[in-house]
Amino acid sequence: MLYFSKLRIICITLISLFFIFISSSNLFNSNNFLFDKKINLGLDLQGGSYLLLEIDNTPVIEQKLQNQIISLRNYFKEQKIRLNNFKITDQSLSFSVKKEFKEVVLNEFQNEESSINPYYPRFKSHQFDIIEKENNFIINFSRQGLVELKTSSQDQALEIVRRRIDEIGTNEPNILKRGNDRILVELPGLDDPMRIKSLLGKTANLTFRFVTNNNEDSFGSEKLKYEDTNEEANVSKRIILSGENLLDAQPRMNSETNETVVSFTLDRVGAKRFGKATSTGIGKQLAIVLDGKIISAPVIRDTIASGSGQISGGFTFQSATDLALLLRSGALPAPLNIIEERTVGPDLGQDSINAGIIALIIGFVLVIFFIIFKYKIFGLITNIALIINLFLLVGILTIFEATLTLPGIAGIILTVGMAVDANVLIFERIKEELKNEKNNLIAFDSGYTKSRTAILDANITTLLAAIILFFMGSGPIKGFSLTLGVGIFTTLFSVYFIARLLTVIYISRNKERDIRV
Amino acid sequence: MISFNKYYNKFNILSLSLVSISLLLLIFKGLNFGIDFKGGTLIELRSNDNKINVSTLRDNLNQLSLGDISVKNFGNETDFLIKFENDSKKNVIEEIKSNLDKSFGNSFSFRRVENVGPKVSAELLKSGVIAISIALILMLIYIWIRFEWQFSLGAILALFHDVIVTLGLFSLLSLEINLSIVAAVLTIVGYSMNDTVVIFDRVRENLRKYSDIKIYELTNISINETLSRTLITSITTLLALFSIFFFGGEILKGFSLAMIFGVIFGTYSSIYIANTVLVRLNVSQKTILKEDK
Repeated sequence: MLYFSKLRIICITLISLFFIFISSSNLFNSNNFLFDKKINLGLDLQGGSYLLLEIDNTPVIEQKLQNQIISLRNYFKEQKIRLNNFKITDQSLSFSVKKEFKEVVLNEFQNEESSINPYYPRFKSHQFDIIEKENNFIINFSRQGLVELKTSSQDQALEIVRRRIDEIGTNEPNILKRGNDRILVELPGLDDPMRIKSLLGKTANLTFRFVTNNNEDSFGSEKLKYEDTNEEANVSKRIILSGENLLDAQPRMNSETNETVVSFTLDRVGAKRFGKATSTGIGKQLAIVLDGKIISAPVIRDTIASGSGQISGGFTFQSATDLALLLRSGALPAPLNIIEERTVGPDLGQDSINAGIIALIIGFVLVIFFIIFKYKIFGLITNIALIINLFLLVGILTIFEATLTLPGIAGIILTVGMAVDANVLIFERIKEELKNEKNNLIAFDSGYTKSRTAILDANITTLLAAIILFFMGSGPIKGFSLTLGVGIFTTLFSVYFIARLLTVIYISRNKERDIRV
Repeated sequence: MISFNKYYNKFNILSLSLVSISLLLLIFKGLNFGIDFKGGTLIELRSNDNKINVSTLRDNLNQLSLGDISVKNFGNETDFLIKFENDSKKNVIEEIKSNLDKSFGNSFSFRRVENVGPKVSAELLKSGVIAISIALILMLIYIWIRFEWQFSLGAILALFHDVIVTLGLFSLLSLEINLSIVAAVLTIVGYSMNDTVVIFDRVRENLRKYSDIKIYELTNISINETLSRTLITSITTLLALFSIFFFGGEILKGFSLAMIFGVIFGTYSSIYIANTVLVRLNVSQKTILKEDK
């Protein structure tokens, strides 16, 4: 165990120097440097906001089932079968049919080629499950159908969330999918996520609809509340324009009324429809509905053919800016709920960095002095290896541009504490060997050999814990397990290559002397 | 040579009672789960007005009827930690902010806000329990492969002892259990295993070396031979941990405290639990013969 070839010595030296070099790039702020990679600071150290959003797919599911009613009715109408009593409750659709047709309906649903199963050819599975209960059929989304629906609404929601956040212009946001109905948003440097939270909390479903007084509207009508008062108005379900028809929206100052408004421009289809509606509906009230609440319901005075208009509704400049932003970036497919939020202010982050570094330095110095006191010259060797170990660890984190969190720093400190373990095992063993063996070289050699299994076993068990933490843990725990896990490898390298090399150099120069460990 | 084996029985009784007390505490007193596992809202505030204290702050917050609200100093006199169960009222933080501004002027800065919904906290708790269980099982398997089953049992009993007693102590002192405590517990598991493995490795070696010494004596020899390593490693690890505890800031306090307990229990259990299991199972030279063939 004591022989090192020249090549090996050169390799070890080069690797050590390489990592010292790389670690040092964290200290400079230059971009044209050969290695401009740096360790990222986690949100807990640089400050920022972490938001976990969950998509509430209930409305999407109910909407899809609602659409299904029409297509089912039409499909079976062609076969002269009447379906009755359509009802949507609790994310499932129920209907009834005359007894004699039950068999037919059931067969149609299970038929893989029937056109009410458009999913089958593509996914080899049904979009819906059908069950017969009492005299009714109940249709539910199948597993596959639900996954399909969730993934697609997640994709859309992700895109809209990204647009909204980009519009606000925070630096380097991180927007990721989690599972199939969650979105993770990390916003470094943001210490007050209030505005983003309120922007993400809105679906921004905009519609223009007529206010009707008679209940005989062929599309049906519903009672909606005004945004700022408790008044209600009866609004037709017929949608004249929706947010999809908007090309642009901007906050403006109306010079006549001195009011803040949101002005919008429509696309060609939208402009045509808007023109038609305003020409036929002069004198009527057109309600502007956002997320089920009426913002305002102005009376149409004139035909608007230009394809642009204004929304007024007692906005402040801030609220007009936000509404314009929401309209520009489009509507979410479903409402988002914030189910987890963690925000750290920048000054706490800086305090944590300072505290972490102080703890690291103090812990390091204490360990170094203790080891020197305990092992003298070999303590010095251990300490050199320990310092290089730190550089290796930081270097590897730098190469992978890993994210350093506060628990991550704790992991590094813990690595410092535990890294000496392997050296201690070796030196204690050598001590024992020296008692019976006069030849230094043999004693050292067997010291290294005999302690090897214990060191490997010990490190593998810790590594197991680190790996589990890395894959099972979330956020801060991941950071801790990363430094702990990488630390195990760098520790083994520093013990078996650096410390051993230095030990070999020392004892080969002092072969004849009486060496004490 | 220290006769550790003289106290095997006494310390076994001590450990048994510690574990039973801890279990009773865990069952009847329970753990003080933080918002990570219970759900709720946590706010860390710093005031620049040193007249504001915990009770004035609490009175102010009680106006908002947020339910059971806890207000504590955090680290020093001007830092406060507020915790409450959030019934998902949406703008509660904004509300608190404006209420504080109204009563105290602009004297607070919000240093940290954490809000964990009930669904997420339930998931975090579940994944924490799963992580610890998987870790224990994997290590059991690893030790089983590397040693005989008697050793594996000894190591696992030592691990359970450490984890249960550490959690019991957290329950006794009402210290908060959060995500970083799970990390600490897993590291304790790793550390305790590490310690046990080193002594077991020596026991196995000595079983081969001395054919006529009974396991009762043999464990004692092995403990003594590895004692200085055990102590030095514990001391260096504790040095690092104490430095995190005292200088690493408030947030790492719980984590480092759990680790400190764990290292102490881990060192103790490798000597007095892992080894006594070998003695009680009557491990002899024959036990490892199979392996040598």
